[in-house]
Amino acid sequence: MSHDAQVYVKSDAEFNYIKQKRRQDMRNQITTFAIMIFFTLIAFTTVAAGFSKYLIAPVILLLAAVQVALQLFYFMHMSEKNHNVPMYFLFVGAFFGFIFILTFLTIIWWG
Amino acid sequence: MSSIAQKKGFGATLWDYLTTVDHKKIAVMYLIAGGLFFVIGGIEAMLIRIQLAKPDNDFVSAGLFNEIITMHGTTMIFLAAMPILFGFMNAVMPLQIGARDVAFPFLNSLGFWLFLFGGLFLNLSWFMGGAPDAGWTSYASLSLASPGHGIDFYAIGLQIAGAGTYIGGINFLVTIINMRAPGMTYMRMPLFTWTTFVASALILFAFPPLTIGLFFLILDRMFGGNFFDHTMGGNTIIWEHLFWIFGHPEVYILILPAFGIFSEIFTIFSRKRLFGYSSMVFATVLIGFLGFMVWAHHMFTVGLGPTANAIFAVATMAIAVPTGMKIFNWLLTMWGGSIKVTTPMLYALGFIPSFVAGGVTGVMQGAAPLDYQLHDSYFIVAHFHYVIVGGVVLAILAAVHLYWPLMFNQMLSERLGKWTFWFFFIGFHLTFFIQHFLGLMGMPRRVFTFRADQGWDLFNLISSVGAAFMAIGVIILVYNIIVTAVRNVPVGNDPWEDGRTLEWAIPQPVPFYNFRQTPLVRGLDPFWIEKQEGNKEGMTYAEPLSDIHMPNNSFIPFVMTVGLFIAGFGALYHGEKDWALPVLILGFAITFSSMAVRSLKDDHGFHIHKEDLMNEKGGK
Repeated sequence: MSHDAQVYVKSDAEFNYIKQKRRQDMRNQITTFAIMIFFTLIAFTTVAAGFSKYLIAPVILLLAAVQVALQLFYFMHMSEKNHNVPMYFLFVGAFFGFIFILTFLTIIWWG
Repeated sequence: MSSIAQKKGFGATLWDYLTTVDHKKIAVMYLIAGGLFFVIGGIEAMLIRIQLAKPDNDFVSAGLFNEIITMHGTTMIFLAAMPILFGFMNAVMPLQIGARDVAFPFLNSLGFWLFLFGGLFLNLSWFMGGAPDAGWTSYASLSLASPGHGIDFYAIGLQIAGAGTYIGGINFLVTIINMRAPGMTYMRMPLFTWTTFVASALILFAFPPLTIGLFFLILDRMFGGNFFDHTMGGNTIIWEHLFWIFGHPEVYILILPAFGIFSEIFTIFSRKRLFGYSSMVFATVLIGFLGFMVWAHHMFTVGLGPTANAIFAVATMAIAVPTGMKIFNWLLTMWGGSIKVTTPMLYALGFIPSFVAGGVTGVMQGAAPLDYQLHDSYFIVAHFHYVIVGGVVLAILAAVHLYWPLMFNQMLSERLGKWTFWFFFIGFHLTFFIQHFLGLMGMPRRVFTFRADQGWDLFNLISSVGAAFMAIGVIILVYNIIVTAVRNVPVGNDPWEDGRTLEWAIPQPVPFYNFRQTPLVRGLDPFWIEKQEGNKEGMTYAEPLSDIHMPNNSFIPFVMTVGLFIAGFGALYHGEKDWALPVLILGFAITFSSMAVRSLKDDHGFHIHKEDLMNEKGGK
């Protein structure tokens, strides 16, 4: 919590390590981006090819679920350190949301 | 800020409180505003009990009675219990974790003003054509049919107050995650901080469903929507689900901080560390989690079907397990302890049997078949008053006595405190114990009167006498507060002599920056550890003395809230008065322009310099 001015000089090893790490991160981002574009192509193709809608719907939902995970972990940096608490809250919230929707479906709208 | 401290005039003090972002001052405002609403809700309760004291009474009319019970419930839950607990969280939690303020001091102030103006908006309904009258649950099938503007005041008022609570909850979460002092790991946090954390997480997840439900209600009533109108393709049951998805966690939002307060009291006055600390933490988290799985037990008689009822019944009963763990841990904390029966400890001792009674009737109602018998009877009224008054209100009264010296550097009279306790405690059991039997004898809740000679006359009279006892207890407390404030005898830090956590280690009155140097936490109950090792200062420091960065005061939260308050009236009279739409737009314009000012104008705060901290005035 100290606010006295401090100058911090990186060592060579530290500098190289960070450079290497950033390069790796960039590669991951671009790979993920390519995968997501590919997923979108698959989704459009299944519709354009005129498959049965009982095939299309689950395929698109599955792709969507994977995309959400990729988005969170790579573009929103959840794969990095110190994101445990937000991750925990996110999953708990998603679980609650799932329970609420499941209940609404089963006892209000279908029942 | 390094100018010489001097006595301020009334205007300057008022301006200071209107603009303050200091968690300690905001705590005091929460306590005062919450206390005021507590008294208003209490007066409404007295009116209810006067009306029901004898059969065929005509003290109030049926319509007014509905308004009174609705406002009693709404006021007590949203405007009294929750804000007072928020007051204690604000006052104590940052000190317990060794922080200089909450994470977002500006939002803290915004949250308070939103709550206050939401509460005022709701209560203005009394003077502007009648209060809401569909019960605190405001089921859509009733509330859509309610004439006048009462329900509109309910929906908009709660929307404003709810935004404040939500902001407060997020603020506490971020504070506890990010601002703990070095060494204050999660498993060293005092139980009150833990329960604040879990209650805030519940706020995070529970308030959005309420917000959605209230928006649907506002749209249905004021803007021609049909979410709950079955003749237009809506579904009235959706309100019940949305309300109870919020409503059940809400009761845990109230009771968990109460558990935290009692955990602190038991360890302080048993002069022992809390028995089963880690299981207490686990139970708190588990109660919070299960709290979201059980909302439909409020709706067993709606006709959800036997499968749904069975699932929710089992989930409900599961909550009794972690709660039972807590009860046994408290008993075992006292076991072998060197117990000092002070006023807060009296409340804690009274809490255990009272809350267990409420919990047992809760499990009874959790059994769906029995609930068909108990539903909408006075048994339910008795149950939830046993958990809320026997749990939350006893905790609030205990905390008023326990934390008064921390917040105001004065000690409330112990003698008067014990009188308050006995009047309130006896009155509470007298009022509500007998209502279990009224319920079993078939008296329905929310009726404004009853016919004589059904065997209910005497029991209702006893219940009303009990309510008078509780009122006497509260009046003694108010007298105690006034006398203590007038006498104003400073007591210094650790007035209970057995404080264990950091908040008792800080010199009194607490400096506005809380900690001159951030403390180093070396274990559970850090102050106790330092005392055991003979450290006169009560703290080990984690940093050298250096400049402290503090936030500036701001008037913007107040203006932002006034904008929403004005917009509320525009929405309320929409489609009825010509001026409604311009007023709605004006209100939002005020709010959004103050948000713009806040965003565009940089406010970097200020530093208290090391030199000022080292002189005798300590930076003041």
